[in-house]
Amino acid sequence: MPVNSQAVGKTYEPTLYAVGREKIKEYARAVGETNPVYLDVEAARAAGYSDVVAPPMFAVVYSAPSVGPPIFDPEIELNFAMMVHGGQEFEWGPLVVAGDEITTVASVKDIHESDGRGYYVFESVSSNQRGEQVCRGTWTNIVRGV
Amino acid sequence: MADLAVGAQIPEVRVTPDKYLTARYAGASGDFNPIHIDEDFAKAVGLPGRILHGLWTMAQVARAQTEAAGGPEHLKRLEVQFRGMGVPEQEVVVSGTVRESGGGRAIVDTVAEQAGKQIIRNAEAELEI
Repeated sequence: MPVNSQAVGKTYEPTLYAVGREKIKEYARAVGETNPVYLDVEAARAAGYSDVVAPPMFAVVYSAPSVGPPIFDPEIELNFAMMVHGGQEFEWGPLVVAGDEITTVASVKDIHESDGRGYYVFESVSSNQRGEQVCRGTWTNIVRGV
Repeated sequence: MADLAVGAQIPEVRVTPDKYLTARYAGASGDFNPIHIDEDFAKAVGLPGRILHGLWTMAQVARAQTEAAGGPEHLKRLEVQFRGMGVPEQEVVVSGTVRESGGGRAIVDTVAEQAGKQIIRNAEAELEI
């Protein structure tokens, strides 16, 4: 069965994420980060930041909620039960710090079928409260047996 | 900052995710897919047991880059492919080799392995140096 690629180019409602100091610490500890700029506000300020810095991969926390609506969009007909996360790319701009408010817009970048697998590629573009692009994410989900 | 000349190996990151890591990462990241936190559910859908979150493993790959480059501000891009699956309570090893370097940028080819199998492969990091 061919995949339905009609939704390519579709964009979704923005999601807003307020970055908290304790959430950054919780995330940093879960991934084993020890750099004090993530964990200690005084160390972050001494390094020239206004507050604790989010590790680059904290992008997952503020941008993943934007990718839920396309994954579950009935127009896309993605079989979630057979989905695996095949690949991921992040491209970063200015660092995110506690107190930032991040707006993320997701879109459908590509849908195609290859060797019986469906490839569903979503893009998320995240900007801070000053309008600076802090991260662009490319989320490649593979569905077996399409 | 580590040596980021062409051909240099970045310092390895070695980490053994403990039994409860997937629960802590689920809370920290918001990804509560039961294949990561529920042993019975994971087995029921044909997995050997709970598996690591791919994005946790990607975070280890990212950490290897930021530690090599001297801080988070140096990591400008990271692209990975997830293959196979990682499991708790087995060491994950991240390694990388500088493929290009110059003009204030370095490109690192990097992978994450567990028990000799690549669980992140064909990964490429771009560092501003």
